[in-house]
Amino acid sequence: MAEYQNIFTRIQVTGPAYPGVPLHPTDSARQPGIGHSHLLGMLGDAQIGPVYLGITGLLSLLLGAVAVSIMGLVMLDSVNWNLWQFIRLLPWLALEPPPAAYGLRFPPLNQGGWWLIAGFSLTLSILLWWVRTWRRAVQTGMGTHVAWAFAAAIWLYLVVGFLRPLAMGSWSEAVPFGIFPHLDWTASLSIRYGNLFYNPFHALSIVFLYGSTLLFAMHGATILALGRFGGEREIELALDRGTAAERGGLFWRWCMGFNASFESIHRWAWWFAVLCPLTGGIGIMLTGTVVDNWYLWAVEHRFAPAYPVVYPGLVDPATLPGAKP
Amino acid sequence: MAMLSFEQKYRVRGGTLVGGDLFDFWMGPFYVGLFGITTVFFSLLGTALILLGAAWGGTWNPWLINIAPPDLKYGLTLAPMREGGLWQVITVCAIGAFVSWALRQVEISRKLGMGYHIPFAYSVAVFAYVTLVVIRPVAMGAWGHGFPYGIFSHLDWVSNVGYQHLHFHYNPAHMIAVTFFFTTVLALSLHGALVLSALNPQKGEPVKTTEHENSFFRDIIGYSIGTLGIHRLGLFVALSAGFWSAVCILISGPFWTRGWPEWWNWWLNLPIWH
Repeated sequence: MAEYQNIFTRIQVTGPAYPGVPLHPTDSARQPGIGHSHLLGMLGDAQIGPVYLGITGLLSLLLGAVAVSIMGLVMLDSVNWNLWQFIRLLPWLALEPPPAAYGLRFPPLNQGGWWLIAGFSLTLSILLWWVRTWRRAVQTGMGTHVAWAFAAAIWLYLVVGFLRPLAMGSWSEAVPFGIFPHLDWTASLSIRYGNLFYNPFHALSIVFLYGSTLLFAMHGATILALGRFGGEREIELALDRGTAAERGGLFWRWCMGFNASFESIHRWAWWFAVLCPLTGGIGIMLTGTVVDNWYLWAVEHRFAPAYPVVYPGLVDPATLPGAKP
Repeated sequence: MAMLSFEQKYRVRGGTLVGGDLFDFWMGPFYVGLFGITTVFFSLLGTALILLGAAWGGTWNPWLINIAPPDLKYGLTLAPMREGGLWQVITVCAIGAFVSWALRQVEISRKLGMGYHIPFAYSVAVFAYVTLVVIRPVAMGAWGHGFPYGIFSHLDWVSNVGYQHLHFHYNPAHMIAVTFFFTTVLALSLHGALVLSALNPQKGEPVKTTEHENSFFRDIIGYSIGTLGIHRLGLFVALSAGFWSAVCILISGPFWTRGWPEWWNWWLNLPIWH
């Protein structure tokens, strides 16, 4: 077992840095800095940079910085500008969306107005970053698969912070910014709408979450196990099947009777990863807008057992006055 | 039918761990081996017992079939078949099948001259399962702490155990596990998309190479981990997700019995704040 296991690169060859494939005439220049890290080289590629900033990249970073600054300053304000307490309480601090009373109107700044501004900046920043992934692919002649995958994640982000609040008629439905607060939001949403585990789209999303993990474990392990045959040369092997691709395919064929190819495994990967936020977003979009209690919905559709009433006379808090804005 | 055009030259004798040449053969596309036999034995028996449990349970609705572990009063003893004994035998079958499958993967790896990364990776998943139905129940003193076998019943179990700790999202190991799960999906989408975008370029463009892959990622985020590195990273984050999932449930009960939000008090009470 003392043989080479392909976990770390043992011998690194240092050569001149690679400046990148030729830029399109309409591109601006890449940033000049290129570095090398021996430590990174042990895991993957040693070269750092050059990065392409461009106008969308610059604006995206600026707007992202604005959003994070607003969150940080509001949180700092909530602890009376005490830096020590800010560090201590940071996981609990939040920039909350407006109270329900404001509906979809623009509230005073300290009543969620900052949340709207920060969210707007962050959303613009993310959308500009999406444009960037699209542009870099098109400008270098590549497919736009990365941009479409990113769009699936943006869909989920927009559902929880924009589309569902819009459908519910109140910004208060949106996720707060903050570490523990956003976890509290998640748990509250699940309890309020009758346990999200009974939401079929939530279930699908989890299937794709775990499925993606399974796929990456299988795929990563297969490629590393093929190290001595050069299995990581995926593009070459997809075009001109070599012994690494043959062995990798045969492993799974002999193991489970079926195998992907060096190209198709990446289609499986892409779809599993993309469907995770896609189905998840659908599940959240339907919660509270179309379905009010996922457990009762599941009992009605016969995929959850109707448990006996253990505590009779208990009132569903969601039916009480004041439960809804 | 059963063989690919290039398959014949790879179907050679040897590489078995146990059983020598006796089970060293293929059936259709499947490699058999001694562990193929034991896999089939355990999975057929286990499936049959699940069907028996379904027949006893009174519903054939696949969403609702539920085979529960024994009542807590049985502790770590064997329970009567209709009161959780079935769950115990099915658990033995499941572990038998999973371990057989892992050992079969070892044999196939040896046959093909590959590293053991795949059986190792699979073992992490098996470890997570064993943590749920053996290690944690033993640590808690009753098989009844295992999770029930059923599609929605096991979700109820997750929900109930989670709320027994008030708010499971505050479990630090759960946080790490979820972070690894999400990171895995992100990395997988990027890797899959990058390879597809190089193999399926813009109309009229030739297929791209690794140079384009590296340049794209350096352009976007200033770093490209490379073709070998992404698989190391992917395997690491995927296995970490499984490992920390096992840790997060193992510490809930055996090592921490209160609500998880309360656990964070150590941080709030650090002497440095005063």
